[in-house]
Amino acid sequence: MTDVIGKTISEIKQLISSKQISAREVATLHIEHAKRNDKETNAFICLTEELALKQADAVDKNFASGGELPALGGVPICLKDNICVPDYPTTCGSKILENFKPPYQATSANRLFEAGAVCIGKGNLDEFAMGSSNENSAFSITRNPWNLKKVPGGSSGGPAVAVASGYSSIGFGSDTGGSIRLPASFCGIVGMKPTYGLVSRFGLVAYASSLDQIGPFGNSVEDCALALAVIVGKDPKDSTSIDDPFGKFNTKKYPALDMNFAKSLTGHDGSLKGIKIGVLNDLLGEGLESEVRAATENGIKVFKELGAEVDEVKVDHLDIALPVYYIIATAEASANLSRYDGVRYGARDKDSQDLMSMYMSTRSAGFGAEVKRRIMLGTYALSTGYYDAYYKKAQQVRRLIKEAFDKAFEKYDVLISPTSPTVAFGLGEKTDDPLTMYLSDIATIPINLAGLPGISVPCGFGREGLPIGMQLVGPQLSDARLLTVAHAFEKSVGFASKRSPLATVAR
Amino acid sequence: MITSKDVEHVAKLARLALTEDEKRLYTDQLSRILEYFAQLNAVNTDGVEPMSHALPVVNVLREDVVETPPGHKTLLATAPDAETVTSSAPDGTEESKSFFRVPKIGD
Repeated sequence: MTDVIGKTISEIKQLISSKQISAREVATLHIEHAKRNDKETNAFICLTEELALKQADAVDKNFASGGELPALGGVPICLKDNICVPDYPTTCGSKILENFKPPYQATSANRLFEAGAVCIGKGNLDEFAMGSSNENSAFSITRNPWNLKKVPGGSSGGPAVAVASGYSSIGFGSDTGGSIRLPASFCGIVGMKPTYGLVSRFGLVAYASSLDQIGPFGNSVEDCALALAVIVGKDPKDSTSIDDPFGKFNTKKYPALDMNFAKSLTGHDGSLKGIKIGVLNDLLGEGLESEVRAATENGIKVFKELGAEVDEVKVDHLDIALPVYYIIATAEASANLSRYDGVRYGARDKDSQDLMSMYMSTRSAGFGAEVKRRIMLGTYALSTGYYDAYYKKAQQVRRLIKEAFDKAFEKYDVLISPTSPTVAFGLGEKTDDPLTMYLSDIATIPINLAGLPGISVPCGFGREGLPIGMQLVGPQLSDARLLTVAHAFEKSVGFASKRSPLATVAR
Repeated sequence: MITSKDVEHVAKLARLALTEDEKRLYTDQLSRILEYFAQLNAVNTDGVEPMSHALPVVNVLREDVVETPPGHKTLLATAPDAETVTSSAPDGTEESKSFFRVPKIGD
């Protein structure tokens, strides 16, 4: 049987279009691989086998009748389980939505399925995307395929592990404060959070609406570019999705780029001459593991060899982004999660005698500890007497952070930092101390506050052979240029072809 | 500093019934988190307009075109307790309506 596990989009499409294998066989092999190995990793909350085979058959049928293989024709994907797909539960990793089957489909899922993607399953996550380790799922703890005693990072740990283990070729998560980039870094793959508004959030279960953004995971920057090209674009169902983002790409500022992200990669000679890169020096301080520092320094050397100008830059207020994020995100979450009241959907405590006690007991039984903690924190920050001191203050500092980034981007094209100060940590290591857990996202959080695109690219291995990621950040709507720079970096730094032991076991 | 009384008050606002253990835990953890957040006070924000969104978003209106919604039966299928009632209108046509059922709202 042809080997398809751990392959990129173009490799899989090449195998199908040259008739070495059918889309159905590709789907079956990935599902079998997942069934055999995911008992250990728990990347999936559920496999969507019936849907996968139906989609794969449609791709095969269309191709056999002389059609062209579409953008993601026959490519196995994993969707984080907060992205709605009808006929299967969308649980958000929460007991309160355990049996919830959405009556509609997310716009991003629509676009992926129309492009021929084959949905293998729904990926595990921290409950309602709240967490940095994927230990907050109500159903199971996801484990890192490089070392099963380590966390995969969160909150999109499921799709990250699906890609890193070879259960799917690409994956899709949501990133509110680092939830795509952190697990990508911990799992040794590429993960991207696009500019806020580039991808429709319709059908993505809301955590913090002004920060949430859907983005891709892949084995290469090219795969992320190909995947992103499918899901971007204005959606009438999400009023915050950007109208005609490519109009902006094609104006003076980013003249050479177009909406075909991958095309701008292949047309590029790999040189970064003329690109100015700033290293975020606030993120090179205390708490940085020595191997992460060494990999970052090596990465800087690679950028210089490619012709980029690199120097250190200080972006004001970066050191204070964490409290800003945890106030704004939890405030928005406390409002968004008030909809889980046991009336319209989800679980209900059936024994309550009146409405108020039904709300209270349903929510108390349905939400896990971290979700309750964040709802409490957000409710407190919005409550009478504390609003100005917390919520308003955080929104003011958010503006200062955004302005500090704007200033940095007057001088630099791309800013870089380690995606995380450490490699993947041990299961249970930080669960008792929420504040320490929150600090895992110190480098990724500021990017969401400013609505910027960010991408994590593998750049080395650290303690116990665990992957290290480099975060690259650009100004709003510079996604195509960011991908081009990331692609050039990936080719030279040379870690993109490394696969986890689980993705190679099938060979 | 946050007291267990604050925690009880906030829990009620958030419609959460906490156990005694949870109250103790959250009093301790939220205190430490809020203490850490106090570093925000060191930033001068005089005259800074609060930012609620990273993009300059404005209100969006759509064309007033009639669309077909999924329908009440589909939407209520996800409710934990709902029912559909079909009745005859005076002109003889059948009409169906769906309802959520909730426990007692007041005395």
